[in-house]
Amino acid sequence: MKLNLKLKISMLAAAVLALIAVFMLIKLGTNLEYILPRRFKKVLAIVLTGGAIAYSTMIFQTITNNRILTPSIIGLDSLYMLIQTVVVFVFGSMGIANANVKVNFVITLGIMMLFVIALYRFMFRREGRNLYFLLLVGLVLGTLFGSMSTFMQVLIDPSEFLIVQDKMFASFNNINTDLLTLACIILALTGLYASRFTKYLDVLALGREQAVNLGVPYDYVVKRLLIVSAILISVATALVGPITFLGLLVANVAHQFLRTYQHKYLIVGSMLISMVALLGGQLIVERVFTFSTTLSVIINFVGGAYFLYLLLKETKL
Amino acid sequence: MIEVKNISKVYGGKKVVEDVTLNIPKGKITSFIGPNGAGKSTLLAMISRLTSADQGEVIIDGKSIKDWKSKDLARKISILKQSNHISLRLTVRDLVSFGRFPYSQGKLTKEDWEQVDEAIRYMDLEEMQHKYLDQLSGGQCQRAYIAMTIAQNTEYILLDEPLNNLDMKHSVQIMKVLRDLVDELGKTVILVVHDINFASCYSDHIVGMKNGKLARQGSTDKIIDSEALKQIYDMDIPIQEINGNRISVYFA
Repeated sequence: MKLNLKLKISMLAAAVLALIAVFMLIKLGTNLEYILPRRFKKVLAIVLTGGAIAYSTMIFQTITNNRILTPSIIGLDSLYMLIQTVVVFVFGSMGIANANVKVNFVITLGIMMLFVIALYRFMFRREGRNLYFLLLVGLVLGTLFGSMSTFMQVLIDPSEFLIVQDKMFASFNNINTDLLTLACIILALTGLYASRFTKYLDVLALGREQAVNLGVPYDYVVKRLLIVSAILISVATALVGPITFLGLLVANVAHQFLRTYQHKYLIVGSMLISMVALLGGQLIVERVFTFSTTLSVIINFVGGAYFLYLLLKETKL
Repeated sequence: MIEVKNISKVYGGKKVVEDVTLNIPKGKITSFIGPNGAGKSTLLAMISRLTSADQGEVIIDGKSIKDWKSKDLARKISILKQSNHISLRLTVRDLVSFGRFPYSQGKLTKEDWEQVDEAIRYMDLEEMQHKYLDQLSGGQCQRAYIAMTIAQNTEYILLDEPLNNLDMKHSVQIMKVLRDLVDELGKTVILVVHDINFASCYSDHIVGMKNGKLARQGSTDKIIDSEALKQIYDMDIPIQEINGNRISVYFA
């Protein structure tokens, strides 16, 4: 059983490495100094985002004991779109907040983090508030952000809207190197912090009562893990755009593929699966569709189909 | 010893448990009985820290549960609730091994596994230890959970309606195991039980609750008594002695 799991993880790791190799080396041409660093940046961005989203979704699903939720339910995706729309609406597409990717990244990440902290402050101020109540509030706020964005998008100039529309889909083209370094640092620090709590995840999956019974400081751990999950999602979204749906897909594939309850395998496995999906998807976008579609479309299509299949096949999720 | 001092809990303006004070003796089986909605389960949840008390405090071995570290308390007291729905793919053995978490924090040593094996043996689950929980019947599942509690190896074992949904045979089997835990291993067992005849046959001490308040408490032969039961249940319950057990005949 254990060997089997390790074998499966190694297979996934091999698949990731193979895809990276294909990605870096396919149709290399002659201008190596130009092409290789560009491709490396893309691969790095894909690996970071894929890992962050998978990790975050896995944590989130375990805390909520629900395998059809993603962290986007607390409205982070909609908030991202709202920020992008407001920036274009107020300052115009040529304004610094939109045109300068670094400024945009910092503003977006900052606002998203403030939102999460404010939401949790509000929620946990009073004791005994239910986790699902938090999700409900997030869901409602997400819808509010969504309608506000739509409202502003209708009002702005059509050519400006194209700029906003471009942000609606995740993209790994044109990623800024400085942003990558910053994202790398934030993700590494967050991951390191979260690793203190990973031993609790298996027990948390048994539900609150068993977790408390087995001596997990439940409120303390859950609060921190929720924030970790939100930071990871915010960084990934600010870097490449809304792509949280991927998390739902890879977390479920990881459960199906690994068939274990142990999070040390599930987390690593889902991160690798996520990277495979993104690398494979990006390869298809670039080589098969020659950029005539976006990665989000492919991921959402495959993910949606898989999700329907899951719902039809398994009565219990 | 567990001391409960002036404990209260309010849900939505209704006092579910009101000013309850009691001592639970060590090395005995204590049963909580009473009608539906009397506050038995809430009281048990507050003693086990699953629910926080609005007023009053619970003192375990001289220290308030607020001052205990969660991890240390998990080696002192364990609680098993009535509904245990898990969507995880776990085998019986996996589940039982979770009982060692307070000691090993997930990295089980050889000694931990020995305790797991022993708990599985104690609950007679050896043959099905590699089966998945969703393949088991309700009674087998309940036994697996009790085995996990045994692996947790705590001095105090709290159970909320452990006989729920079990047939006679399994109910008797579980009550006998609880009795053995007390007599052989010196544990203290506290349980909520609906069938007062099980309470009568197996427990040493009975706490009767009614409308959130403590109605009666005392040794089993004092509470299994028509007058005391009338106070708790508002019913005339004749008691007959059969083979040395006091049996309540409340069916008709």
